[in-house]
Amino acid sequence: MTDKQPVAQATLAGPRFRQVQWRSVAILFPFLVLFIALSIGSPRFLNPLNLLNILDQQSATLMIAAAGTLVLISGGIDLSVGATYALSAVVAGTVTVSSGPVAGVLAALVVGLVVGLVNGVISTVLRVNSLIVTLAMSFIVAGVASLVTGGNLVVLFDRTDFAAIARTPFLGVRTSIWIMVVVVVVIGIVLARTTTGRYLYAAGGNPEAARLAGIRVNAVRILGFTLSGVAAALGGIVDTSRVLSAQASPGTALTFTVLAGIVVGGTSILGGEGAVWRTVVGVLFIALVGNGFNLLGVDALFQQITLGVILLVAVGIDAWSRVLRR
Amino acid sequence: MSTDLLSGSPQQPHVELRGVGKSFGGTTILSDIDLAVARGSIHGLVGENGAGKSSLSKIVAGLLVADQGELLVDGEPLVFRSPREALAHGVATIAQELALVPSLTVAQNVFLGREPAAGGFVQRRELRARFDALVAETGFDLRADAVVGSLRTADQQKVEVLRALASGASFIIMDEPTAALSGQDVERLHEVVRSLARSGRTVLLISHFLGEVLELCDTVTVLRDGHLVRTAPTASESESSLIEAMLGRSLGSVFPQKGETHPSADVVLRVQDLVAPGVNGVSFSVRAGEIVGLAGLVGAGRSEIVHAIFGSSKRQAGTVTLGGTARARRGIAGALHSGMFLIPESRKDQGLVLQRSVRENVTLSNLARISRMGWVQRRAERLEVSGLLKDVTVAGDDRRGVAHLSGGNQQKVLFARALQHPRRLLIADEPTRGVDIGSRRAIYDLIVEHAARSIGVIVVSSDVEEILGLAHRVLVVRGGRIIAELEGERMTEENILVAAFAEAGVDHEQKATQVNP
Repeated sequence: MTDKQPVAQATLAGPRFRQVQWRSVAILFPFLVLFIALSIGSPRFLNPLNLLNILDQQSATLMIAAAGTLVLISGGIDLSVGATYALSAVVAGTVTVSSGPVAGVLAALVVGLVVGLVNGVISTVLRVNSLIVTLAMSFIVAGVASLVTGGNLVVLFDRTDFAAIARTPFLGVRTSIWIMVVVVVVIGIVLARTTTGRYLYAAGGNPEAARLAGIRVNAVRILGFTLSGVAAALGGIVDTSRVLSAQASPGTALTFTVLAGIVVGGTSILGGEGAVWRTVVGVLFIALVGNGFNLLGVDALFQQITLGVILLVAVGIDAWSRVLRR
Repeated sequence: MSTDLLSGSPQQPHVELRGVGKSFGGTTILSDIDLAVARGSIHGLVGENGAGKSSLSKIVAGLLVADQGELLVDGEPLVFRSPREALAHGVATIAQELALVPSLTVAQNVFLGREPAAGGFVQRRELRARFDALVAETGFDLRADAVVGSLRTADQQKVEVLRALASGASFIIMDEPTAALSGQDVERLHEVVRSLARSGRTVLLISHFLGEVLELCDTVTVLRDGHLVRTAPTASESESSLIEAMLGRSLGSVFPQKGETHPSADVVLRVQDLVAPGVNGVSFSVRAGEIVGLAGLVGAGRSEIVHAIFGSSKRQAGTVTLGGTARARRGIAGALHSGMFLIPESRKDQGLVLQRSVRENVTLSNLARISRMGWVQRRAERLEVSGLLKDVTVAGDDRRGVAHLSGGNQQKVLFARALQHPRRLLIADEPTRGVDIGSRRAIYDLIVEHAARSIGVIVVSSDVEEILGLAHRVLVVRGGRIIAELEGERMTEENILVAAFAEAGVDHEQKATQVNP
């Protein structure tokens, strides 16, 4: 036993060192560097009003990205969130105009739930690649949204009751941000602390191993897609309440911002790895880039190019870390 | 094909290996192989799983480079670093997995990548003429414009052979060519092999079917544990002499003492007329405290049997009863619930979630035990896992990624997962594949400990020695059926191999009516 001790020590030391994987915290460094740089570079940046404004603008994106993280971790991808967001927004607006805000919110949530459920069922039970399923679904959903609005803008400027959903200040912070914080924290806890979270990781990391361990992989994945749909609906409701208007749209820009945020945060596009807090940092990092460009008065063209480069770097790091692990 | 390919003096071996050795990470898989394959002959290569047949053929084919010794083709020493280099010297391999384009025609597949072309346009007439010449030479009856995907496997193999010949191959390695074929097609393929030899080509045939080797080959080489036992004319060999040459090792002290089994012990598992994909009617039972070995060749249907029992593949007929009662819940969850556990064949593909930590991998199938209303009780999990890892002798922090562990420790993590819940039946499929010698003993101890706790154990293994060292009783599987049950003194390596390799019509106790190889 005594002569075995050093060996055991040696094997302990290595893994301990590796334990905080650089990959899991990698996103923090560029985020902090950018944050500090913007604080120095622009006097208007480090200002509670500006920062809260960023959070208010990003609340829908953050909620959708948090739920989207679950989908990616479980081995799928949801490209329909932008369209679902837009459909929910117009449904919420239209139903609110006719039947009041409670009915509007419920109708929008049901829309998100149904879209997510259909995405999940088709991609798991029928074993169709979720990339294709959700892409097709985004066309269908966007088309339905156009049918609902008839091509018109849904206007809610006089509905103060609906505006209250996102615009009520509470402890100096708008409810849009509070709703976002609650949703993101709940999703984060589900992933990190519950059996469902474990199953999501296992379903994406190694579906066959998960199946043989008695996990209902399909059910877990359907849950991920459903939550993603509901979160997209919630995002649509919150943003409609913020701007008091809604229109039909394929929401492509939102879909890609959401995916970019998740991937930049370090969640693997191949499933099995990732965390909600990282997605939050990833989304905010992209938001800071946009905010910084605005504050520094840089041409918006460069924003897009920068975003693309950041995304490629993030995906490249993900792929490279897999190569290294081989 | 011109005759210059077939030149060379008849005395000189077509391909010769001198003192060839190969090892992987300290494990020697081939050592000191001297082998001469005569031109125009059909040369058989036989041995148990892992004896080194495939590695040897891969060295000749350019897929592996030998560590020691030399390879001579027509007396010229060569080193093949890729299959392309081997092909340049006329050596081609027909692998078990065919590499054809199913949507193209026979002729297009045969000349794929070397179409006669002028200015980028394929010269169809020229292609057809060459194809006809090739077919005339070999005597294959294949239509040039038949779509390959619509052909039966034996004919697809002919296409594969023609492709090798079109590329100028004169030395053809065939790895288990008849493994996927049924009766009539086997005969067709045998004719292909004979016609190759008649046209002056050399065939190196790797086969598990000894009858086939004896019937087809001129010469046969037997490998055992990476050593060449002997090369002899097939005329002087018989099935029993080959089997004798393939075995013959003393069982070392790697195995723990077997526990006692009582014939009166309760039957834990009873399988009756089980039919499932790859399983053609299997009946057997396992008693409490008994270790039953499932032996047989790779692809014989052993894993299929255990998956059908576990519920991870669809059961088409038959019953599986655990502890006297038919399982209440179907599927894998039901199997786990009723106290069954399967440690699958491939740790990495079927067992572990490699991105996750050791701890999460241990508790994966039993989270209900350490969670309350869906919440994982982290303290309970930590305590439980540290206890389990101690039981299976895995040291170190359990929060590190399971991918960082050695193969042996990864296997032990799966045993820890099995131990987390009281079990009645443990199935271990290839429990020591890719596991170092040191961890092997620990895994054997775990298996024997399970049995000592009155758990029924099924061990599937391609390693006959392992089966003999662990099991109280051995079932030999072939073609998805149990074709021999060996117990006590009849449980010998020879009997297992005889049963595993037996062909239809070969006489042994169980009167195997085996048609499909």
